[in-house]
Amino acid sequence: MPKVTIDDITIEVPAGTTILEAARQIGVNVPPAMCYYSKLKGSGGKCRVCLVKVTKGSDKDPRPMPKLVASCRTTVMDGMEVRNVTSPEVIEARRGVVEFLLVNHPLDCPICDQAGECHLQDLSYDHGLSKSRYDFERRTFERIDIGDKIQLHMNRCILCYRCTQVAEQLTPERKHGVLYRGEVSEISTFIATAVDNEFSGNMIDVCPVGALTDKTFRFKSRVWFTKPMYAHRNCPTCSGKVALWYQGEEVLRVTSRKDKWGESEGFICNECRFDKKNTSDWTIEGPAPVDRHSVISQNHYELPYELPVNQKKLSN
Amino acid sequence: MGRKLLLENLDKPEINTIDGYIKYGGYRALEKALKSMTPDEVTEEVKKSGLRGRGGAGFPTGMKWSFLDKSTDKPRYLLCNADESEPGTFKDRLLMEKIPHLLVEGMIVSSYALGCRTSYIYIRGEYMFILRILEKAIAEAYAKGYLGQNILGTGYSLDLHVHPGAGAYICGEETALIESLEGKRGNPRIKPPFPAIAGLYNCPTIVNNVESIAAVVPIVNNGGEDYAKIGIGKSTGTKLISASGNINKPGVYEIELGVSVEEFIYSDEYCGGIANGLDIKACVPGGSSVPILPKDLLFKQSDGSPRLMTYESLSEGGFATGSMLGSGGFIVFDEKACIVRNTWNFARFYHHESCGQCSPCREGTGWMERVLHNIEYGHGKMEDIDLLWDIQRKIEGNTICPLGDAAAWPVAAAIRHFRHEFEYHVKYPHRVFDADHVYQPEMKMQTV
Repeated sequence: MPKVTIDDITIEVPAGTTILEAARQIGVNVPPAMCYYSKLKGSGGKCRVCLVKVTKGSDKDPRPMPKLVASCRTTVMDGMEVRNVTSPEVIEARRGVVEFLLVNHPLDCPICDQAGECHLQDLSYDHGLSKSRYDFERRTFERIDIGDKIQLHMNRCILCYRCTQVAEQLTPERKHGVLYRGEVSEISTFIATAVDNEFSGNMIDVCPVGALTDKTFRFKSRVWFTKPMYAHRNCPTCSGKVALWYQGEEVLRVTSRKDKWGESEGFICNECRFDKKNTSDWTIEGPAPVDRHSVISQNHYELPYELPVNQKKLSN
Repeated sequence: MGRKLLLENLDKPEINTIDGYIKYGGYRALEKALKSMTPDEVTEEVKKSGLRGRGGAGFPTGMKWSFLDKSTDKPRYLLCNADESEPGTFKDRLLMEKIPHLLVEGMIVSSYALGCRTSYIYIRGEYMFILRILEKAIAEAYAKGYLGQNILGTGYSLDLHVHPGAGAYICGEETALIESLEGKRGNPRIKPPFPAIAGLYNCPTIVNNVESIAAVVPIVNNGGEDYAKIGIGKSTGTKLISASGNINKPGVYEIELGVSVEEFIYSDEYCGGIANGLDIKACVPGGSSVPILPKDLLFKQSDGSPRLMTYESLSEGGFATGSMLGSGGFIVFDEKACIVRNTWNFARFYHHESCGQCSPCREGTGWMERVLHNIEYGHGKMEDIDLLWDIQRKIEGNTICPLGDAAAWPVAAAIRHFRHEFEYHVKYPHRVFDADHVYQPEMKMQTV
């Protein structure tokens, strides 16, 4: 098995593992990922925030790679040495990419439903500048409904292509994709065709920003005022394993369970997501584990909970 | 007078028909290769010739061919990149328009060397009239038995198709070209895997420029060693240069690599000097994406020796003092040209052509264009120049495909060599308000 050294920590991983996956196995200083999604084939390589520096290609060919590489799409070689947070060049490039991502992204976090669980928000806190140097008009779009449950707000989209990959890989036919090119390219349906199939709701879960939002949850509450609980039901279409987001006794929304990296553990069907909003529909397992540093844990979990069932899942 | 290999018969009558082409020695390479050479021998000749990719990157063609994965039993494909979209480059157009059979013959010989059964010419959508010329040439070749089943009784079969793009610069990038040919959105793929391993329909694929493929014909005819005799060092053979801008004789010229830049611009055989008796200010030697060179660096290398039209000499000293031969789009600017306006124009092109897949290029190209537009039209600020420098630095090298670099390099070079013109624009906004304004050096003295 190839051995790779990332920021001076060595780990042995199966052949074919990407640098990002190896870093996730190490667990510290993991490169951020806006477009890569381990469950979606062909994702990654587009947003460029996960750029890392390969200072030694492999034992066989120790030459460093000439450019920074996208860690989510570069597989490790035996003896490879990678610099992530220990390379000023990488940090500089990442700051640049975050600035580019924010060029056309409105900072409307106070009214955005994704705030609190937005990857771009986290990223700009870590790497962004406090002031934008871009003083031109931003591109703007009209909001469009794709289906009766999902709303697309293109202004916030960072074109990670994850939702088109969900449509391609989870649903029988793809009805939306990317139109036009360059900075005016947009995610859209073919002449406002509704995206209507039983797994379309997963587009909301994979969206790293607030471009695709759940219309049944829009403006109901801030995520940090809701309390996630794990629950399951016998669902004929999907695994039925979900997270319920409670405010008081009321289920405000249902999402798939997210792992440590913000990725769905298992995709869920639209019936579970949009139609089962009563506690009586579900068997409650217990509170969802929330990262201590997440805003969602504010006011809720002063002590880290011990969850034998879910802890096991996380360590996998 | 230099030797001509590709455009030798350009002015011969009926050279665009198969009979005219055969009359002047056409399809000899095809017969020679198929009847008396093995595919590996053809590849060996191309390697010996030292031919370097003529599309811009200058990667040795023979070496590229040797990367083709021959271990699988999947079909292999040869794609000809005729998506010539680089501003300032129009050499392939002339070649395909006037001598289409040279490309067809080159495609057959190259496909034979690589063991391809189906090959494609991917041509840009704007060249629709050339598509018809090529289709006519291919039909003639089929009729003569140079294409199709069992070519000339040798048992080798090949089908050749022409496919038009829809007019996108990005489809000239080899993996975007493959995506487009497959019928998808022309987004570049993330490499590795390289096309030589998994290209068109996930099969081993080689993508070559029109001129590279055409050059295979004289290489097979005269032998690789004969081809390598022309040129200097690792820049062998002849190169088509598309000369444009403020020169007396714009056009496509076939030069032996190694001609000095000064001779190319001032000799009557080539550009014939600067138009209207003016002096030269700068030159972009290899198409819009390569760095611009000011007059003092254009004719002399940093060590004082004359700069030659070769891959090495033009890139001497890296980007600090050099540029690139690129695709041979030689654009000359006289002393009345405005470098800021030209840089803005290039930036506008890259903004328009960015595919929008990766963030630095998608957002950065538009940003650069807007800042440059402000400076050019007298709304610029001094810190905008540093901002531009910072933006281009963050695009360069951080994108999926070389379009990001291509957008960043001209801006970087313009600021590096012509910063005073940018400052002039910022300091004297009322003067640059005219569309035909010119930078006046004496203004530099009256600093505020």
